[in-house]
Amino acid sequence: MSLTYLLLAVALLCAVSFYFGRQRAVALSNGRYSNLHSLPAHYGMYTALWCGLPALGLLLVWMMFEGTIIQTMIVADLPEEVTSNSGLLSLALNSISQIAAGGGEHLTVSPEIVEAGHRLANLNTIANAALIVVMVSVALVGLALSYRRISSEMRARNNVERLFRYIMIVCSAIAILSTVGIVFSLLFEALHFFGKVSPLDFLFGLEWSPQTAIRADQVASDGAFGAIPLFVGTLLITLIAMFVAVPVGLFSAIYMGEYASPKFRAVAKPALEILAGVPTVVYGFFAALTVAPFLRDNGAVLGLDVSSESALAAGLVMGVMIIPFVSSLSDDVMSQVPKSLRDGSYGLGATKSETIRHVIFPAALPGIVGAVLLAVSRAIGETMIVVMAAGLAANMTVNPLQAVTTVTVQIVTLLVGDQEFDSAKTLSAFALGLLLFLITLGLNVFALKVVQKYREKYD
Amino acid sequence: MAVVTQSAMTAEPSVTSPKMTARDLNLFYGDNQALFDVNLDIVERQVTALIGPSGCGKSTFLRCMNRMNDTIDGVTIKGKVTLDDRDIYDKAIDVVQLRARIGMVFQKPNPFPKSIYDNVAYGPRIHGLVNSRDELDEIVMTSLERAGLLKEVKDRLPEPATGLSGGQQQRLCIARAVAVSPEVILMDEPCSALDPIATAKVEELIDELRSNYTIVIVTHSMQQAARVSQRTAFFHLGKLVEVGETDQIFTNPKDERTKGYITGRFG
Ligand SMILES: Nc1ncnc2c1ncn2[C@@H]1O[C@H](COP(=O)(O)OP(=O)(O)O)[C@@H](O)[C@H]1O
Ligand SMILES: [Mg+2]
Repeated sequence: MSLTYLLLAVALLCAVSFYFGRQRAVALSNGRYSNLHSLPAHYGMYTALWCGLPALGLLLVWMMFEGTIIQTMIVADLPEEVTSNSGLLSLALNSISQIAAGGGEHLTVSPEIVEAGHRLANLNTIANAALIVVMVSVALVGLALSYRRISSEMRARNNVERLFRYIMIVCSAIAILSTVGIVFSLLFEALHFFGKVSPLDFLFGLEWSPQTAIRADQVASDGAFGAIPLFVGTLLITLIAMFVAVPVGLFSAIYMGEYASPKFRAVAKPALEILAGVPTVVYGFFAALTVAPFLRDNGAVLGLDVSSESALAAGLVMGVMIIPFVSSLSDDVMSQVPKSLRDGSYGLGATKSETIRHVIFPAALPGIVGAVLLAVSRAIGETMIVVMAAGLAANMTVNPLQAVTTVTVQIVTLLVGDQEFDSAKTLSAFALGLLLFLITLGLNVFALKVVQKYREKYD
Repeated sequence: MAVVTQSAMTAEPSVTSPKMTARDLNLFYGDNQALFDVNLDIVERQVTALIGPSGCGKSTFLRCMNRMNDTIDGVTIKGKVTLDDRDIYDKAIDVVQLRARIGMVFQKPNPFPKSIYDNVAYGPRIHGLVNSRDELDEIVMTSLERAGLLKEVKDRLPEPATGLSGGQQQRLCIARAVAVSPEVILMDEPCSALDPIATAKVEELIDELRSNYTIVIVTHSMQQAARVSQRTAFFHLGKLVEVGETDQIFTNPKDERTKGYITGRFG
């Protein structure tokens, strides 16, 4: 790819400018670095950054606008009857880019389109060449200018510091902007959905069956978009998962932190953390293929009617998945309880378990609550296990032996397969996603607040 | 004058029926020896001060006396420590009960993040010393009274103990130790985190507690040792160099090292 070579070339130029900048500084120092304001490496860094950054910035801007500009140029030359119809236009543009890429022999298109295709190929070549020339010259100009500015008084160290700050600002801006972008697109599409289905029906409706007629002549219901059954299902599974994860995670954290010998701890703690590294899809088929049939068969022996996809199976396995999460977080908070408090308790003649129950656990409780809340928000958002093991039927039930469905499962099924993008069915996924996002966000914020409050106490 | 051997001098045979004794006590942190052949007697209802330069093993020795070193990994102890003539390192000894008989106050005030009341009630509760709420109230009040804290906190017993001042917290820790009616109270530099006024209060308190308890206090302040103690033991590099009446140690030390430390020539 020419882009890869281009980036390599710029990187090479940066390395070269680092060398030159440094050499120049060394030459200026007359053998004593204390004659310089900054270390020679700072001058090297300074020239390297001025060589690379403007070129990269240019590349970014170029890539953002190149496509649009070229397309405008192509469209301008197309005949009126094509450009006036948006369907035809997108068809034409499609053919043009196929021809430009060297294919499209089988297409039956007008000669204007073929010509436009060749023109597009041409333009692309020119643009690529131009990009290379412009980028390299910008890099060289940056190198030359910064090289010339090097003097023994120049504050390269402070300059480099500032440049790095800008780089970091840009990176965090990218992270924040993409989050904001995702939230806004969720919000926008959800609003779209609420234009078709009333928010009250969505939030408080007791029935979920999103099947709607795609064509007017089909026999189908209007669809019901009541989210309550989904949230009940999610809650049920989360609850079961917590019943597994909280006691097991907590007690294993206490054992690891307070009782285990250092040797055992060194082996057992990483082993427990391996659980966190198992891909959720593995947990998923474990739940669906091993745990669910096991529960069904044993249920039958006991005379219970366990459906082959049950909330219990999904919840149990999800609980196992979350154990390392709960245990490592609560281990952290408990090990932060200062040693002086333990000593105080032991010094009064308390046993280990008394000390843990009466001193360490209460002191760590807010942090543990925070850890559990974070685990809950993870369980709520977990998808793979429930897709495979919990079922699709939107039953409104709290019986863990029956199949239930969760918010995440429904989002998956809504968007898998061919969909009309504008239908209420598809859009409801965004509304569900938004609601899920708000709930987990709320939980996370609350959990972090709780954890923070606890942290302050011992600082 | 007869030649006095090191161990004969430190064993100080003059003390009759001591509350606690240490005999040929050696302690190792892993491979590092921190105490060498320490022989020391603790006299009942007196304050014994342990002094010496930093890192000489004062805290280590103090923690041997209620087996707090058991909570540290890799500690080996050789020798004997007795309480009322019974070896506290004996297999038959219940460490938990031992620590109820030998209370401890630490360098940094370490109240539990509970209410003032619950801090003092902690020991009596876990040891089942009381049968009713009234009895517990009674113990909490007398302990606070003994620690000279009652007047300051009696209206705020349900408030968190962490809201008290440093000096008050330390006296609360003393009250907490007193509440389980120990026979011996060990204090490891109890005033080092306190301002002079709080220090004076704690010293006054130690002097009052002497009539009911046997007290061993580690201090880095020689003035403090002189003010509160009746006997003083000087440690140096893990060895007990000299022990005797506080007056004698400060006015007429027998060992050159003690003299050097007391007159501030090293330390
Ligand atoms: N927990 C420990 N682990 C290893 N070495 C320790 C530990 N505590 C103290 N020591 C060592 O034992 C020696 C005596 O320490 P310590 O009793 O705290 O002295 P002091 O209280 O007189 O200042 C020091 O050399 C110290 O480094
Ligand atoms: Mg010490």
